[in-house]
Amino acid sequence: MYVSGLAARAVRVRRRLGALEHGWEEGFWARKAVVDSGAASLDYEQFEERGLRLVLKGTLNAADAQRFWPQVMQKVAQCDPSAIEVDAGGVESLDTAGMALLLELKAGQEQRQRGFRIQGLRDDLTELMRRFDPGPPAPPKPAPPWLVRAIHRVGEISHGSLVGFHTQVAFLGEIFVRLLSVLVRPRRLRWADTFLIAEKAGANAVGIVALMGFLIGLILAFQSAIGMRKFGAEIYVADLVVLVLFRELGPLITAFILTSRSGSAFAAELGTMKVNEEVDALVTMGVDPVQFLALPRLVAAICVMPLLTLFNELFGLIGCGLVMRSFGFPVAAYIDQIQEAASLGDLFGGLVKTFVFGALIAGIGCLRGLQTGNSPSAVGDSATRAVVSGIVAIVVADGVFAVLYYYLGV
Amino acid sequence: MTMGSDAPPIIQVSDVTVGYDHHIVLKDVTFEVGAGEVFCILGGSGCGKSTLLKHMIGLHRPLTGRILIDGTDIVTAEGEERRALLGRIGVAYQNGALFGSMSLIENICLVLEEFTSLPRQAMQTIARMKMKVVGLQDAGDRLPSELSGGMRKRAAIARALALDPKILFLDEPSAGLDPITAAQLDDLIVELSQTLKITFVIVTHELASIFAVADHVIMLDKERQTIVARGSPEELRDRSDDPWVRQFFHRESSAAGIRR
Repeated sequence: MYVSGLAARAVRVRRRLGALEHGWEEGFWARKAVVDSGAASLDYEQFEERGLRLVLKGTLNAADAQRFWPQVMQKVAQCDPSAIEVDAGGVESLDTAGMALLLELKAGQEQRQRGFRIQGLRDDLTELMRRFDPGPPAPPKPAPPWLVRAIHRVGEISHGSLVGFHTQVAFLGEIFVRLLSVLVRPRRLRWADTFLIAEKAGANAVGIVALMGFLIGLILAFQSAIGMRKFGAEIYVADLVVLVLFRELGPLITAFILTSRSGSAFAAELGTMKVNEEVDALVTMGVDPVQFLALPRLVAAICVMPLLTLFNELFGLIGCGLVMRSFGFPVAAYIDQIQEAASLGDLFGGLVKTFVFGALIAGIGCLRGLQTGNSPSAVGDSATRAVVSGIVAIVVADGVFAVLYYYLGV
Repeated sequence: MTMGSDAPPIIQVSDVTVGYDHHIVLKDVTFEVGAGEVFCILGGSGCGKSTLLKHMIGLHRPLTGRILIDGTDIVTAEGEERRALLGRIGVAYQNGALFGSMSLIENICLVLEEFTSLPRQAMQTIARMKMKVVGLQDAGDRLPSELSGGMRKRAAIARALALDPKILFLDEPSAGLDPITAAQLDDLIVELSQTLKITFVIVTHELASIFAVADHVIMLDKERQTIVARGSPEELRDRSDDPWVRQFFHRESSAAGIRR
């Protein structure tokens, strides 16, 4: 490992040097040099009491600047000269890296209120340097103490999440009202879009949803069999799996899949439209973006979510059945056991949740999309936030349902 | 600005055909760019100006032909040779293509880090120098999203200047700018061309810019898929027999005539 690391580093260094030779030395300034390309020389002399004179000769380019830079800075730090004089009479050309060295010395001396002058530099080069001189760097703004920053940050985050929660609830409320109005006047919904989205979010997700269901059923059966075996009650693995799938895991897993597949896609689609000013175009054309963009997605998600959940649960039961079969139970006994363990109430109790989950996924995905900012990473941020807040919202809603069902006795 | 055609060619494009898959955009394109001149590629929308530029900077491979940049064939150059060539050219893209998560200074330092191993302080100073030269000395710590369109174009040029390139390619530098900002950008191009003796290759369709900066132009046509005129802008305006070239250069006057 170490040796290969060294070798890689050597290659990198060589590549860098190669780039220097080709990239910089053949750069513009080097072209003007008559002879001695890339062979600048530097000497130090003392003058007057504590003055430092640098005698530069040749073509000062990036490679030389790189060589001289640490050396010169060290020398200046050691001598702490009252004045620096650069004798540049022998400089044939210099590129911006060479100029940077001289300008850096100048800025340093000016900051210490010491003298600096360049002598003998050709007029055209002097003029060029004047053009490039950026002046002293702006002083860094004093940062507030860390405690103030920490408190500020905590406040910012808390305020941000409170406001975020508020907009989320407000948006979901608004979109729900629109949904009711569509129920009254179904023609107002863009059905073609809705079907297309339903196909993308629903039909195309059947494979992954079924696979996840199958594997979860299989895993659940194996894991619970360990405990049940102690009591010789392996047949009850079926009870456990079917109840868990119908009441909790089926809806939850499907919701997670839909969030990560489609919630993020909604946010990215709407976010890109926002960045491309398509959303603004809708507003100026008098088309309500929520009605036009969010509602079809909401309806599609609400429609496909229960269907996907059913698929998920069916394949979960198949996975569990496979395990039960391998334990030696006949298929008929397994089906019998399921029928006895789970009621239709369990199934529908779970499915009711999926409508809410679907609405949350689409609502939050669209909200995050419409909230997208303008920076290049904004769309990615929106997709991330759509998934994160989608998952949080789903779990919170699931908790509310758990309490509700407990008291209702479902 | 007036090196003329006697300058030795720094770019030679010979018999180049460009296109995507089976769809040919331009064919038999041959021209030379002299060292130090400001060279403009003109043409209407969709005629393949930007496509040609992308081939010249090695982003795409032409279907046939050779593109020699500063003595190296950018089509076939690979590895170290290609890298060295890329170090000698700078490109400013149409919308700046500045990295949005970095300040302007960091944008420039990124190039320097890749091609040199100067000390950090040196890179910062060089970056500030490039910002000064394009007139953005106070904006170094800002993010690209905090800039106006004109500033973004300047910043893109500053980044393209990072390695003291011999050749600078600009894609539609004055597109989307108001006339005053566009004129300022033209001034900057002329100034850089005169002081730094950089060769400019500019893709544009702004007539005002062309007359302000160009030594030589070539004109592409979408229908004929090749170069239909070449020369100085004044020659094309005053002496071209080609109806399409005349229409292009006299658009303003004929439009004004209709309005009257």
